[in-house]
Amino acid sequence: MAFMATRGARAAAFTAAALGALTLTGCSADEAEPAASGASGDTGSEAPAELTAVSVQLQWLTQAQFACYYAAADQGYYEDAGLDVTIIPGAVDIVPIDVLTSGGADFAVSWVPKVLGAIEQGAAVTDVAQIFERSGTMQVAFADSGITSAADLAGKSVGSWGYGNEWELIAGMQASGVTLEDLEGGSTVQQAFDMNAFIAGDIDAAQAMTYNEYAQVLETVNPETGELYTADDLVVIDWNDEGTAMLQDAIWADSERLASDEAYAETTTAFIKGTIEGCLYAKDEPEAAADIVTAAGSTLGTSHQLWMTNEVNKLIFPSTSGVGHINEDQWDATVAMALETVNPEGATIISADPPEAAYSNEYVDAALAELAEEGVDTMGADFAPIEVTLNEGGE
Amino acid sequence: MRTARAQATLWSVVGVLGVAALWELYKAIAPDDGVTVGTVTVLPRTTDIAMPHIWDMVTRLFEPVTRAAGADVLWWAVLQAAAFSLGIAVLGWVLGVVSGMLLALLMQRWITAESAVLPWVVLSQTVPLIAIAPLVKRWGTAIHLGPFQWENWMSVAVIASYLAFFPVAVSALRGLKSPPQADTDLFHAYAAGWWTTLVRLRLPASVPYLMPALKLAAANAVVGTVVAEVSIGLGGGIGRMIIEFAATASGDPAKTWAPILGAVLIGLLSAGLVALLGRGLGRFRRGEVPA
Repeated sequence: MAFMATRGARAAAFTAAALGALTLTGCSADEAEPAASGASGDTGSEAPAELTAVSVQLQWLTQAQFACYYAAADQGYYEDAGLDVTIIPGAVDIVPIDVLTSGGADFAVSWVPKVLGAIEQGAAVTDVAQIFERSGTMQVAFADSGITSAADLAGKSVGSWGYGNEWELIAGMQASGVTLEDLEGGSTVQQAFDMNAFIAGDIDAAQAMTYNEYAQVLETVNPETGELYTADDLVVIDWNDEGTAMLQDAIWADSERLASDEAYAETTTAFIKGTIEGCLYAKDEPEAAADIVTAAGSTLGTSHQLWMTNEVNKLIFPSTSGVGHINEDQWDATVAMALETVNPEGATIISADPPEAAYSNEYVDAALAELAEEGVDTMGADFAPIEVTLNEGGE
Repeated sequence: MRTARAQATLWSVVGVLGVAALWELYKAIAPDDGVTVGTVTVLPRTTDIAMPHIWDMVTRLFEPVTRAAGADVLWWAVLQAAAFSLGIAVLGWVLGVVSGMLLALLMQRWITAESAVLPWVVLSQTVPLIAIAPLVKRWGTAIHLGPFQWENWMSVAVIASYLAFFPVAVSALRGLKSPPQADTDLFHAYAAGWWTTLVRLRLPASVPYLMPALKLAAANAVVGTVVAEVSIGLGGGIGRMIIEFAATASGDPAKTWAPILGAVLIGLLSAGLVALLGRGLGRFRRGEVPA
């Protein structure tokens, strides 16, 4: 009982402290939290002492979107680079950049436009490697909906996940002269983590990632035919084609530590190097990479996981200037759109150009140079995606 | 006695089958697109995606989670996740009950404490869970006591206790204050101290108030655990499973219901545990007072 009483008293004190602090600071869902080590899905334990322990905060659950990292950990590329990497999966209320800035992780994976907003709010972080060169976001509609371009979205019910996932959609509509007020209901519809609302017809044009939600539709039986939906049943608005694609999955590092901590700067290069090797492995062995992600704790179906690996490969390869190198024109385009795209509250993502330190090719170029010296091809010019057949439910 | 128990079991089976029958009946007679008034859907859709057949859900439970080699059969995976979440919920419940009781004692002992603390207790429940969850995780991770390392599951337990302590604190306070003046006067006349009065009079008198609060706290702890798992990203439990399986909501709709059955199971189990506790306190119960 004594034990319980102390625990209880501590909990009570904690509760009281929580109350006080919350009332003082107000409540914000965007508050950051450091990540605990030992979270489920972590990889890389029991490393020899000479390895440097680093952690990376992902932006979502364990899935093949992050095949580069899981493959690198599984295939020993991180270990070869002298690192013991802990991969921390994301969650609904986890903001990777907040985890990074509060010291909960050494690196974070996040989309560029989301982070540009955080940088303007004072987060000192640097894009040190642009793993995805292309955008995986599209807007999907049924072929008989009459929607073929962003301009057709006016008057339609348009879905979006929000929380910074909507910027390409809004930029694309803006470029076609469609404002949020033109949409049915005067704004985008909050979309859930599944595609049921789209299939049921509540949403005319739903947001979808090429590697995830688009496949979810193709894994569903069309009640009219009794067969799975096919690509012919759908039209997609691809923001890469519309010219409003923004940079997505990038590795972010702590700017201040990069400047002051030489060991951290070296670790950054090593981490990028291992990750690039992981990406190359996933390019050459998509089936094996998909299995690695599943073994790391993902419960996605086998064909869905492979589809995701293959689609993610397409976002990386062929690479224009080596995997991870931040192409200045793409960065500038993302920044320009971030300055112009008006959100539902009437504000833009950022109001001024981001600081110089917002991105740096120093570390990724060092990693690419090391790989080139080892005779590794980081361009993947010969990359050819595989054909993946999706099964019902992604099985 | 035996027939009464058999009857009770029979009726609970009938209850479960009744819900299943209602589900299928509604699915059979209601239109595919549900019932809408104007543009507002008042009754849900009945398509196989929105409402899979009961037998599809049951069959799905006996198939593996995925086709990956070594994947568990679904019911076993759900059971493991449910046990994991239940363990955290029980810990959260215990933390919540203990801190709720301590707060109630504090407020009963000093009237000033009641004026000072009670508003905060009430206010605490207006703070949304998604606001406190990341905060608890951040503060927890900042704790370093020797070899002690704050883990993610501890944050979830603390969040669960945050929801669980409220009904206990409020109801226990009412219960502790429930003995009539004549009783407390009698104890006073016997020169019984605060402690004796508490143990012999106030605590027994609070039991009828406490029992419903303990049940509420159990339900809150389960909800808190599942939601906090989703919020801060703790793997292994029912909450994470619900999010993960959402990816198959349209392609394999029966699978998405499996973790929901798991959540129901935890709810039933925790209610059962509190009922067992109530049996032990049976002699103090002269009818429960709603919380």
